[in-house]
Amino acid sequence: MENKHSILEMDYIERQERIALKNCGLIDPERIEEYIRYEGYQALAKAILKLGPEGVIEEIEASGLRGRGGAGFPTGRKWRSGYLAKGGEKFIICNADEGDPGAFMDRSILEGDPHSVIEAMTIAGYAIGASKGFIYVRAEYPIAVKRLQIAIDQAHGMGFLGRDIFGSGFEFDIELRLGAGAFVCGEAKALIASIEGKRGMPTPKPPRTNDKGLWGKPTILNNVETFANVPPIIRKGSGWYAGIGSEKSKGTKVFALGGKINRTGLVEIPIGTPLREVIYDIGGGIPDNKKFKAVQTGGPSGGCIPKEHLDVKIDYESLQEIGSMMGSGGMIVMDEDNCMVDIARFFLEFSVEESCGKCTPCREGTKKMLSILDKIASGEGVMEDLDYLQSLGNVIKETSLCGLGKTAPNPVLSTLKYFRDEYEAHVKDKTCPAGVCQALLEYYITEKCIGCGACKRVCPVNCISGEKKQLHTIDPVACIRCGACQEACPVDAIIKR
Amino acid sequence: MKTFEELIALKEEIIAGEAPDEIKIMVGMATCGISAGAKPVMQALKDCVEEKGLSKVKVKQTGCIGVCRLEPMFEIFEPGGRRTTYVDMTPEKAVEVVEEHLIKHHIIERYTIGAYD
Ligand SMILES: Cc1cc2nc3c(=O)[nH]c(=O)nc-3n(C[C@H](O)[C@H](O)[C@H](O)COP(=O)(O)O)c2cc1C
Repeated sequence: MENKHSILEMDYIERQERIALKNCGLIDPERIEEYIRYEGYQALAKAILKLGPEGVIEEIEASGLRGRGGAGFPTGRKWRSGYLAKGGEKFIICNADEGDPGAFMDRSILEGDPHSVIEAMTIAGYAIGASKGFIYVRAEYPIAVKRLQIAIDQAHGMGFLGRDIFGSGFEFDIELRLGAGAFVCGEAKALIASIEGKRGMPTPKPPRTNDKGLWGKPTILNNVETFANVPPIIRKGSGWYAGIGSEKSKGTKVFALGGKINRTGLVEIPIGTPLREVIYDIGGGIPDNKKFKAVQTGGPSGGCIPKEHLDVKIDYESLQEIGSMMGSGGMIVMDEDNCMVDIARFFLEFSVEESCGKCTPCREGTKKMLSILDKIASGEGVMEDLDYLQSLGNVIKETSLCGLGKTAPNPVLSTLKYFRDEYEAHVKDKTCPAGVCQALLEYYITEKCIGCGACKRVCPVNCISGEKKQLHTIDPVACIRCGACQEACPVDAIIKR
Repeated sequence: MKTFEELIALKEEIIAGEAPDEIKIMVGMATCGISAGAKPVMQALKDCVEEKGLSKVKVKQTGCIGVCRLEPMFEIFEPGGRRTTYVDMTPEKAVEVVEEHLIKHHIIERYTIGAYD
């Protein structure tokens, strides 16, 4: 068969549907002319010259677009409440904080197609009656920041921002605000506090930001990817968009595929695509013929999905039903070499570090959970710990102030549910089936040993004994489990068990 | 910019401004591309195109197309719609592509995406 020369011919690209990413990799993001060449700013013109504010909101409502920042709130309904909110000054905010470890969907949109976000924010401003917008972007995204500023300046130069846009008297301006990278600052209210110059901490809801947001004024806050969907919806019509996706969730979702998967990278798929298709047909499956174990969706606040649920359709409700969530689009694949206790510990550790400390369940509770996981991983766990983890996790979920604490226990709860046998192996048998938890490992020399002494020479604690050409043995008490002997063995006689 | 027609006219003008025989090389210059070494690749392309006097060839930057594992990469868009995706590039390979693909009109099979994935 002839070689494929173009990315468009690749099967894993053909299975995708690009709406939010449509210009990424095709246009020069630093030239507004290229955006205009591919229908750029036509949606803004249509919104102002043809639809009017109510018409825009009706279109977004009818499209079925839901927030891509995690919670999946219907965007049209959010905009309508902003439109109906009383008060002179209103604001639009784009949430470009993107704090989930391993996620880079929003960064790719900002770097590859910044005008799509600027056009969408201007449409949103027109729809709700705001004249000022802010993009809250993390300072660790210098290329995105640079390209956004270039795009804002160019849009001003052409009259898509500034005074009297499309002769309507509507005025809109966008400023960048740089975040310092705290995960909690991606939470809507903490983000707003940060823009106001306060410490980035969440506050109780209500009031909702739609009514009382930035400086107490009605504020509509949406995620980067949510905004990137807006110009195509306005341009091509809500009917077109509502025809893509599943019953309850319309359109597409971008995922950052990572972990133990052959084709890591960014994918954009119609919502409702089965998880199996994303991992095997698009992602190319698991490297080195290893067995799939689980996939984590929703970042540090999501859950681990086992192979029994690989046929789940990716949408907000279905993922929630099986203890995970859509989240912002991180998708991390794990294989047989990953220990689920260790994975749960890894994600929980992230939440412990990023907890802002304001509410007790999140500050103290997650720490307590982590210490129990540490105990289990070091072989000191008892069976009651598993029940305690479960009930503590549920309490934290129910009583935390913001989404960080409300979701932080998810990785633990979902692994407890689907991989309880692994926890029990750590607790009852004091073994780590995947061979990850150092304290539970034992290095062991098998009959394959040729007695060459290579292991003995590299052992830093001299715990290997044996005569030349005789079977060697490791003293398990003295062994520090560094693995040096295993690497040195020329005949692969040393195993972990 | 006051009317829809004005915007469409501008779009048409931009399209008309592109020479019909223009060849575009789009280099992936998002964070993924740059961290894999796209800047020297882009520079090598620019230098080589200029040195060989290939006035029809425009070297431009673009964002992330999603296959970050194959960066640095670039795509050649030719009149008539042919599109070729070269992946895992280095400045040396990029110069080779200019010489083979753009001057001798041979696709270098082993550097294309199909040979990798
Ligand atoms: C701890 C925490 C971190 C969050 N981080 C982000 C983020 O980085 N980006 C984002 O868009 N939304 C983030 N969110 C969700 C926002 O609070 C908010 O729901 C979202 O930006 C609304 O936009 P959308 O309706 O378009 O999704 C976070 C929420 C929590 C609780």
